[in-house]
Amino acid sequence: MTAVTEAPPPLAPTTPGKKPPRRRGRLTPYWLLLPGMLWLVVFFALPMIYQASTSVQQGSLEEGYKVTWHFVTYWDALSEYWPQFLRSVMYAASATVLCLLLGYPLAYLIAFRAGRWRNLIMILVIAPFFTSFLIRTLAWKTILADGGPVVGALNALHVLDVTNWLGWTAGDRVLATPLAVVCGLTYNFLPFMILPLYTSLERIDGRLHEAAGDLYARPWTTFRKVTFPLSMPGVVSGTLLTFIPAAGDYVNAELLGSTDTRMIGNVIQTQFLRILDYPTAAALSFILMAAILLMVTIYIRKSGTEDLV
Amino acid sequence: MTTTDNSGDVRLSGISKTYGSFTAVHPLDLTVPQGSFFALLGASGCGKTTTLRMIAGLEEPTLGTVHLGDQDVTHLPPYKRPVNTVFQSYALFPHLDIFENVAFGLRRRGIKSVKKQVEEMLELVQLGEQARKKPHQLSGGQQQRVAVARALINHPKVLLLDEPLGALDLKLRRQMQLELKRIQMEVGITFIHVTHDQEEAMTMADTVAVMNAGRVEQLGSPADLYENPQTTFVANFLGTSNLIEAEVDSTSGDDIVLKAGGGKLSLPSARCSAPAATGGKVLVGIRPEKISLTAAADAGEIPEGRNRITGRIVDSSFIGVSTQYVIDSPVCPEFEVYAQNIDRDARLVPGAEVVLHWNPAHTFGLDAAQDIDAGVETVEEEAA
Amino acid sequence: MPFVNWLKRRLVVIAGLLTLGYLLLPNVIVTVFSFNKPKGRFNYQWQQFSTDAWKDPCGVAGMCGSLGISLQIALWATVGATLLGTMIAFALVRYRFRARAAVNSLIFLPMAMPEVVMAASLLTLFLNMGAQLGFWTILIAHIMFCLSFVVVAVKARVMSMDPRLEEAARDLYASPAQTFLRVTLPIAAPGIAAGALLSFALSFDDFIITNFNAGSTVTFPMFVWGSAQRGTPVQINVIGTAMFLVAVLLVLASMLITNRRTRQKA
Repeated sequence: MTAVTEAPPPLAPTTPGKKPPRRRGRLTPYWLLLPGMLWLVVFFALPMIYQASTSVQQGSLEEGYKVTWHFVTYWDALSEYWPQFLRSVMYAASATVLCLLLGYPLAYLIAFRAGRWRNLIMILVIAPFFTSFLIRTLAWKTILADGGPVVGALNALHVLDVTNWLGWTAGDRVLATPLAVVCGLTYNFLPFMILPLYTSLERIDGRLHEAAGDLYARPWTTFRKVTFPLSMPGVVSGTLLTFIPAAGDYVNAELLGSTDTRMIGNVIQTQFLRILDYPTAAALSFILMAAILLMVTIYIRKSGTEDLV
Repeated sequence: MTTTDNSGDVRLSGISKTYGSFTAVHPLDLTVPQGSFFALLGASGCGKTTTLRMIAGLEEPTLGTVHLGDQDVTHLPPYKRPVNTVFQSYALFPHLDIFENVAFGLRRRGIKSVKKQVEEMLELVQLGEQARKKPHQLSGGQQQRVAVARALINHPKVLLLDEPLGALDLKLRRQMQLELKRIQMEVGITFIHVTHDQEEAMTMADTVAVMNAGRVEQLGSPADLYENPQTTFVANFLGTSNLIEAEVDSTSGDDIVLKAGGGKLSLPSARCSAPAATGGKVLVGIRPEKISLTAAADAGEIPEGRNRITGRIVDSSFIGVSTQYVIDSPVCPEFEVYAQNIDRDARLVPGAEVVLHWNPAHTFGLDAAQDIDAGVETVEEEAA
Repeated sequence: MPFVNWLKRRLVVIAGLLTLGYLLLPNVIVTVFSFNKPKGRFNYQWQQFSTDAWKDPCGVAGMCGSLGISLQIALWATVGATLLGTMIAFALVRYRFRARAAVNSLIFLPMAMPEVVMAASLLTLFLNMGAQLGFWTILIAHIMFCLSFVVVAVKARVMSMDPRLEEAARDLYASPAQTFLRVTLPIAAPGIAAGALLSFALSFDDFIITNFNAGSTVTFPMFVWGSAQRGTPVQINVIGTAMFLVAVLLVLASMLITNRRTRQKA
């Protein structure tokens, strides 16, 4: 080879036997972490503490609040608003189950059956995100409007008779009933179910289906024994990503529901922003947080997927 | 490149590397002379890659020093060392095209006009047409050549190759072995090559160091290592050896006479790496292809002075150029013999009684205190 | 029964497409009703076709102003969250340090917390500090809840990166700074971009946390929320439709470009 290159960099002189230079970068991770962590501590962790403190304060807006360890607020809040708590859990749980039932086939379709349509369907799943969710939620007012085609069809098929009997709807109406709220919650959080499901389904080697078929499993058995167990990480994170925001939501209950469908989020919002009863609102919020963390912890332990981040 | 120049010598003095309580490399002295093709051979986890990374500067030795020529580079960061590496699975930058990958080192050293050099280098590795492709658009063999070009364009004093052919299929690997050897002769740079493939090491390198458990077991030319293994590990890791436990019967002149399974074997004392006091134990080794096989009926035709062992054929497999026999004998239940298929004796079938015989000069002696199977399992694992 | 068999084989496809329909139906309604000419203040019932709203998208008092505020906040929140989140992700993947578990949970918790709880607690902090609610408090809140998502996106990308690439750069005479700029950053870029995109979408569309901490500042979601009470102008649908179309077109265009590029090179 012809020597066209310039000489390699000259060796830096080193004194033999000199101690190695002190390794720089011991502090680097801390410098990298500092700003972001500071942000989370000040604007996420610290507020939790403030909220806990507010929940045991007494006073009024005019005279100011003082910490009096007034735990009775918790008792009062729970005894007054337990129906809303219960309703939140039930609505959120129903929406989560519906999301799983509706989302799984679509995720499966994208992962295994979509072929060259895969990208297009993926875009169509994500694209609605770009229209404000409030606008889309308002569209359900039109879809479920009294006397509209959807309600008419449900009526004609006697579906409304069943849902009326179950207490999900009332009379000829779907709007302003629990069904409308659950329908809105399901709609709003469905993509949060589909995306993690798709991610874990897509990782499954298609040959596993063939192997299961080769080993005498019928399609349904293959699904039950191979596909579904392997998609568990997606199921777990999907249900969490649906249940948690649904349980704290108040937008759907406000826009699609009535005073009988108020969830705990509505109560916290009203207490904080309209009634300005800060201790009660803080106590309710604190209870919601504790309840959700407790449920999530148990759920994650049970499903054995602890490495979510 | 002048041959008297010693700036491409690599000298490792007492270098070792420990991670917590685990010692990856035990204190090691090694000199690789300028312009040689040197191979570090061993199973995975034997410390060969760690040694290479210490030369590259990617790992700092716990103890000891690394010299390039007369310069101590032990504490020099990799980007200040005139040493370049061809990484395992190549580590080509996926976001840069082939041209920019090859130009990377030149640009980092502040060289402005890189076009001519890069094009020449790509021609050398026959990739001139592919300059504007991204790495993932090339085949494995092409990627491998880019990795070599990317390192060589910097004219390093030493080129380090970390399992450079591991990801290629057998045929391509053979081809690239010769290709790399050709490039090395052409540029005259010191090559240090890490591999677990004994055939690869023997084909390419002038000198091979066999490593095991963080130590160099033996160092020498490929033929020397193969013919005169000093340890059971080397005897088993490089090719196949039949090892027999024997007792020293007497020493006569330049030969040692040994007792094994009722018979007597002769071993040149120069080829015995173990102390051979009368009554002591040694391991006698013989390569399978050095042995001749004669049907028991013709035993009288075997010339005098050859080592001989009787046995019975257990298994034979025909593999084209040769036939491999497994023979049950009093000294070893699984004696291996490879016979060239020149004149095949129809009587040599499983069940036949045979005599094995070989020239005593091909026998080697090893210290009996070692594990007789050292190096055997590792070969099988790698093959799996 | 050939028909039953046909149906059986396509059950998943049919169910999946029905779900897709459920997901897209509201967007269809939003688009259709952007051409409506409602009688009263509310745009929930079809009256007659009209392009009035499309001709005058900013004809509603305050709407386009709120859109501008939302865009500004989303932009700055994206910049802030991406910067801070990327730094954290690199620290998590590349370094060993104490308190890793604490850092991990502090990243995870905001994603596992109902928005209303974060919203309410942040408001108590701002009230206690006597902070003026408005643009800045919204921005602070948005950076806070976008941060974790950026960390997750960038972390996944950096973790899947071959550490040998950086070693190769150092071996090829790149100093640590050059290695980062020339190799690490470009390879991590898709993860960072994904995190940034997600931040922008989350911030732009956020309602609950903004609702608590906005004071009298009106972002676009706040404007929609208010109009749900006072009366929904058709222009809301126009904006919603336009955003949907722009997003789909951008994605399609970027896909076409990458497709063509790979085809040209291959």
